[in-house]
Amino acid sequence: MRIAERRRLPVRPGRSRSGSLLPILAILVALLVALTLRQPDFLSPPSLMSFLGRSAPIILLAAGQYFVIVAGEFDLSVGSLVTAQVVVAARLIDSEPSRTWPVILLLLAFGAAVGLANGLITTRLRVPSFITTLGMYLILVGAVYLWSDGAPKGGLAEEFRRFGRRAFEDVPLLGRIPYALLVLLVVAGLAALLTRSDFGQTLVAVGGNPRTAELSGVRVRSVKTAAFVLSGLSAAVAAILIGGYSGVSFQAGAGLEFGAITAVVLGGVALGGGRGSVVGAMLGALTLETLFTLMNFYGVSGALRSTVQGAIILLALAVSSVRSVSR
Amino acid sequence: MSLALSRPARSAAPGVFVALALTLAVGWLLVTIDGGQLFSQSTTVSLLHVAAGLGLVAVGQTMVIIGGSLDLSVAYVLSLSTLVAAEAMNGRDGALLPGAGLALAVSAAIGLLNGVLVTKVRINAFIATVGVGLLLKGYLENGYDGPAGKAAPALVRTLGYQRIGPVPVSFLLLLAVAAAAWFALTRTRFGHHLIAVGGDPEVARLSGVRNDRILVTAHVLCSLCAGLAGIYLAARLGAGAPRVGTEGLYDLESIAAVVLGGAALAGGRGGVAGTVGGVLLLASIDAIFNQLEVDAFVKQVIRGVIIIAAVAVYARRALRKAA
Repeated sequence: MRIAERRRLPVRPGRSRSGSLLPILAILVALLVALTLRQPDFLSPPSLMSFLGRSAPIILLAAGQYFVIVAGEFDLSVGSLVTAQVVVAARLIDSEPSRTWPVILLLLAFGAAVGLANGLITTRLRVPSFITTLGMYLILVGAVYLWSDGAPKGGLAEEFRRFGRRAFEDVPLLGRIPYALLVLLVVAGLAALLTRSDFGQTLVAVGGNPRTAELSGVRVRSVKTAAFVLSGLSAAVAAILIGGYSGVSFQAGAGLEFGAITAVVLGGVALGGGRGSVVGAMLGALTLETLFTLMNFYGVSGALRSTVQGAIILLALAVSSVRSVSR
Repeated sequence: MSLALSRPARSAAPGVFVALALTLAVGWLLVTIDGGQLFSQSTTVSLLHVAAGLGLVAVGQTMVIIGGSLDLSVAYVLSLSTLVAAEAMNGRDGALLPGAGLALAVSAAIGLLNGVLVTKVRINAFIATVGVGLLLKGYLENGYDGPAGKAAPALVRTLGYQRIGPVPVSFLLLLAVAAAAWFALTRTRFGHHLIAVGGDPEVARLSGVRNDRILVTAHVLCSLCAGLAGIYLAARLGAGAPRVGTEGLYDLESIAAVVLGGAALAGGRGGVAGTVGGVLLLASIDAIFNQLEVDAFVKQVIRGVIIIAAVAVYARRALRKAA
């Protein structure tokens, strides 16, 4: 694989960061205008708030995937992790409201543990991350089917589901504020803080040039493992919201890993690590959701989502590659 | 990397055959204790059929991996190829060759696209082929709900089911393709250049190898192999199947077979013989599980563990050798 060739340290991270947000913002605004032309009340506060709440899970997953990708790896297990979490939550809660908080803690621990396993296998055993995480995907899907004998059991209590589908109603100006949006804002704030911390800077250095980072005393393996743990945690939070919004199903997380990767690419993070920002990745996810909503309004089949994601990935990377050559 | 140039396949190939022999021995013991028969005619035949499909894809994957690239779109190319072949043939023997030709042409075109994206547009191979895979996935999901088309009866009779003793024609096809690939890698200029490009692209370029052209060729060959596997599966199933590639995990398993066979994922090393060994190993594990009637979900968990463990063991060994 040719990841190594294109890894370089960001010379001026500050500049590339603000510079890379403009294109994605422009695309987002263009899509929102197109949406409003078709559906004038889309931008009315209540509908916009609901849309943001609905988009929260994929934005969270994009943030988690950002940490992994910027460190130079991939996490293809997040979709199956979300499915596993939702199915596990339903079986453990079994419609018993009092179990909500213990189960939420357990889900977070489960997500972190899967991320830890991904990270340790990738860094200590030197298995390429796409093989580790695809293997983890098989293991999680197989295990969750096995554990539930082929059909989801139990149910989610309303206590648990409210995070994904309830909102503060009758808020002045905004109309309603979904809980999911609040969760998203908190996590997004934490993620943005994290990228500005020493850890965030180290992560970018590791993705940019692992050898240089290693020589300057960075514990590359621990940093990468931490990135996988963050991705696992974000999948846990996303699973809580998705379980609440759409309920229990084996399809709960299907394909989300590709959505998250597309969002990160769209947000301007150079694959192979070392560039981009977490805000860009989250804006990429929002743009992707907006695009899907637009497709929906124009009656384009949902089955074409994959094609759109593939086209976006290839186009975005082709554009950034052409630009980096001409520079 | 000059070492890799002179001895492309020898370094790790025997290991996988030792593992294969051990697996078969242990599997035979377990199946016998369980009261079954591992080496009965029907088990052997189905093992070789599984190996034929996976093997065709894996031989192609070997080419790109040796060149330092990889192809994650093969599962979708395979599915698409079953549909193109079956729909073009539409049950007519007369359309057998045109149908197969069309399926291969479509596959080759996708390989060309992969190759150009990786070399000219300079997109990371993993993400470029995932992107192309997603394009195809959407096309397949949008256009097909289930099986479509009908393979030519003559193709079903021959490539699908005919065999000589316990050996299916399809497995002979795999051996022929593998032999051709082996020849191309070890005896032709293309093969030597491919190994050089995978070993160290910069050195290869400075020595006058046209890296891009070599790598694009490897991608086209890889997709052609996946397309051929698709024609075989269309013959086996009698129709085009939009999800056969992904459900069969041809992407991950083909890469696992290549790695098990001793190729370095970073390129420059590996060989067709090792890959065929890796394919037989994976197919044997599958056959043993079937004989032991292991639950499908347990099987999937174990498959995941085996793939990760195999790559980990290989990475560890390569590390020791380098030290």
